[in-house]
Amino acid sequence: MAQQDDIRYLNPPTVEVKRKKYCRFKKAGIKYIDYKDAEFLKKFLNEQGKILPRRITGTSLKYQRKVSQAIKRARHLALLPYVTDLLK
Amino acid sequence: MLKQYETVFIATPVLSEAQMKEAVAKYTGLITADGGEIVYEEDWGLRKLAYPIQKKTTGFYHLIQFKANPEFITKFEIQYKRDERIIRFLTVALDKDAEAYAERRRSKLSGSAPAAQPAEAASQEATTNE
Repeated sequence: MAQQDDIRYLNPPTVEVKRKKYCRFKKAGIKYIDYKDAEFLKKFLNEQGKILPRRITGTSLKYQRKVSQAIKRARHLALLPYVTDLLK
Repeated sequence: MLKQYETVFIATPVLSEAQMKEAVAKYTGLITADGGEIVYEEDWGLRKLAYPIQKKTTGFYHLIQFKANPEFITKFEIQYKRDERIIRFLTVALDKDAEAYAERRRSKLSGSAPAAQPAEAASQEATTNE
């Protein structure tokens, strides 16, 4: 008869530690997002050059709007591509 | 009332150094002629474009921060549109956060070489965009 404490796992069960997402702009006190800094804006793009959603980056709505505005300006000035493959 | 603006334009790569200087002088002249004032100017040099514009893959970037009357901006942009040397331009108004950022950026760049950072970014883009 298997008792509750007789159960043994071959691998220790992995308990996922969920780290709370946070808005990096709020945390660092950044108020203005520069469209000229393409290297920084690349953090908010996926490999195809699309803007990452808030649920992945954790950016607050207020700053997500500013990020998207800055990325669109950078694309207009050919600092960032509109469409691409293997951006990173 | 003067408002602060920032404009970036891309000129065709076929221009010579002197022609580029002349183009820049034309636009700074336009701003000052209308009673505006130039706050800051920055030449990014020849950079690779992220995608071709008018079949060109490179261009001369130039940044001007200035104060001007809001009515002046439409006139200023018409000049860009008429100019064949300009292949792309962007003019944005700076709010108070943007002004503070521009101020910090200027003081940071005046310490180091101004062209070093954008040029480095351009070479990185050149490798990643193929």
